[in-house]
Amino acid sequence: MQKFTTVTGIAVPLRRSNVDTDQIIPAVYLKRVTRTGFEDALFAAWRLDPDFVINKTEYQGGRVLIAGADFGIGSSREHAVWALRDYGFDVVLSPRFGDIFRGNAGKQGLLAGQISEADAETLWNLAERAPGVELTVDLVGKTVRVGDLTVNFQIDDYTRWRLLEGLDDIGLTLRDEARIKEFEGTRESWLPRTLPALSAGSARVNLQ
Amino acid sequence: MTNVIPTSQKHSGTGLRTLAEKVWDNHLVTKGEDGTPDLIYIDLHLLHEVTSPQAFDGLRLSNRMLRRPDLTIATEDHNTPTLAIDKPIADLTSRTQIETLRRNCAEYGVRLHSLGDIEQGIVHVVGPQLGLTQPGITVVCGDSHTSTHGAFGAMALGIGTSEVEHVMATQTLPLNPFKTMAITVNGRLRTGVTAKDIILAVIAKIGTGGGAGYVLEYRGEAIRALSMEGRMTICNMSIEAGARAGMVAPDQVTYDYLDGRAHAPRGADWDAAVAYWETLATDEGATYDAEVIIDANDLEPFVTWGTNPGQGVSLSGSVPNPADIVDANERSAAERALEYMDLAAGTPMKNIRVDTVFLGSCTNSRVEDLRAAAEIIKGKTKAEGLRMMVVPGSARVRIEAEAEGLDQIFLDFGAEWRFAGCSMCLGMNPDQLEPGERCASTSNRNFEGRQGKGGRTHLVSPLVAAATAIRGTLSSPWDLDQAGDQ
Repeated sequence: MQKFTTVTGIAVPLRRSNVDTDQIIPAVYLKRVTRTGFEDALFAAWRLDPDFVINKTEYQGGRVLIAGADFGIGSSREHAVWALRDYGFDVVLSPRFGDIFRGNAGKQGLLAGQISEADAETLWNLAERAPGVELTVDLVGKTVRVGDLTVNFQIDDYTRWRLLEGLDDIGLTLRDEARIKEFEGTRESWLPRTLPALSAGSARVNLQ
Repeated sequence: MTNVIPTSQKHSGTGLRTLAEKVWDNHLVTKGEDGTPDLIYIDLHLLHEVTSPQAFDGLRLSNRMLRRPDLTIATEDHNTPTLAIDKPIADLTSRTQIETLRRNCAEYGVRLHSLGDIEQGIVHVVGPQLGLTQPGITVVCGDSHTSTHGAFGAMALGIGTSEVEHVMATQTLPLNPFKTMAITVNGRLRTGVTAKDIILAVIAKIGTGGGAGYVLEYRGEAIRALSMEGRMTICNMSIEAGARAGMVAPDQVTYDYLDGRAHAPRGADWDAAVAYWETLATDEGATYDAEVIIDANDLEPFVTWGTNPGQGVSLSGSVPNPADIVDANERSAAERALEYMDLAAGTPMKNIRVDTVFLGSCTNSRVEDLRAAAEIIKGKTKAEGLRMMVVPGSARVRIEAEAEGLDQIFLDFGAEWRFAGCSMCLGMNPDQLEPGERCASTSNRNFEGRQGKGGRTHLVSPLVAAATAIRGTLSSPWDLDQAGDQ
């Protein structure tokens, strides 16, 4: 994962709350087995409306999405993060995120920064009055800057550190592999195992 | 369990712990310091075709092994058709995804239940029916409705694909401790009111973000009185309140459900397991970070009117007027929802006519759900022009239902009797709503386009689904009795 320090890019105001991951990427796009190529799927249903914000020419190339509260609720699909990344977003700012979405974002180098409702309103107004305005998002100082305005955002320290360092989670965990092995040695023998496979009967499915 | 690691008793300072904290502590591999997360051991990893291919690819690219195939199991559910399952899948992209799962499972030695196998079905129906889901374990799956398994007193988390790969490689997850919220449901449900109505009422009360950062523990007399199926319905929808997980402390109902299942412990192992399970209930005097109290006596059948699961109301109520909503964001969300749903403020919910009734999904597709609906429709006639789809949660549920003659009741009524899968819950397989089509659905999400582009969803219980299929308008069994229908 690339190190993340600051990003300067066009702000896109998405004045909606409760943007669930089914809206970010509808399920029909989840049949693909790849991790890239989802840019066309981002907000696919809403993009049919020519007035939808990311269809407007002045917001083309947007990198900082400013959304309402409870962004990314619902389905766990990491495809939502992939679609935002593939489209070109590096940052999403919202007063509150769905937990799973926020976790997924941190794994894919998408900064999910929590801002106050009042600051969301300020940034929406700014991006709507001056379409195409660029914001600078600074992960070191946890700030969003534009002109004289500075807004703070929140992100948990661990995710921030991993983003700043560009670290791979699995590699970090495997440094504790000896401890994992030790833990496994203490697990009770009656805990469930999927193998060997057991079944409760020999009934067959009639496929007709 | 022997590997209990004493914690800092971060929550209460008294040493008294909640169910969630106990399960967490029992799975602590390393305790996080200076803001780093705890490393939690995962006892059971469930896989399906949609969120696993990129994770298997990740393993392959980094030359990592699947650490514990014996704690991993896969099934095909999201993307699969529920008709003609003996034929090749017609949609080529879907077929490729299923074939990719089969290839990955073969390569990494993962147990897979494919279409046509008796244990195939929705991943959250399969785990419990096999007896793999047990009290006090940790369960993860790349699916937000993994919260279902919390009904057994397990800590069950929905995760993203990067985390799926993480569990494949390490059998652990780095996780930040959660806050705890008690959802206490006092009193007794009236006949005709179900677990589904409880959880829809809870979400309407706390909102789609109300549970964010929390593990919910459902407790109280009304929860104790529920079957395992009912508890699963409630825990299943914890995610719709934004919670990471939902749990119910295990009790005799849990043990009776598990006893004799294929992967449940036996003999001396059973006794040892029960002894552990008995330690899990929240200690008397332990404190939660938040508590919500619901009175079951007052509850009525509940139904959603909008486009998120928090936008719900009693079936006897009306579509709310957005003008009455104080919060500006919620007001504009309600306005958008009414426009999408093509509903006018003030319309009595019972006047809303539906085109389709869907009985299925990981929320309500177990044999008890099918039985309850069949009992309502038996001997009745389906409303004219209405389509009803019944989709059992697993092949085993289908077989059990057929053994009881439920399939014939549904078929005589005029409903379609399908093979197992996620079906119309998520608009990814062939079972989808048409634009503008209105559906009473026993599933879990009424998001825009969730059941098919332009489709309109009202979330309901199996009983409301059945009564609605008879009358053609949103109805509960109470309406059938009052109207003396047929």
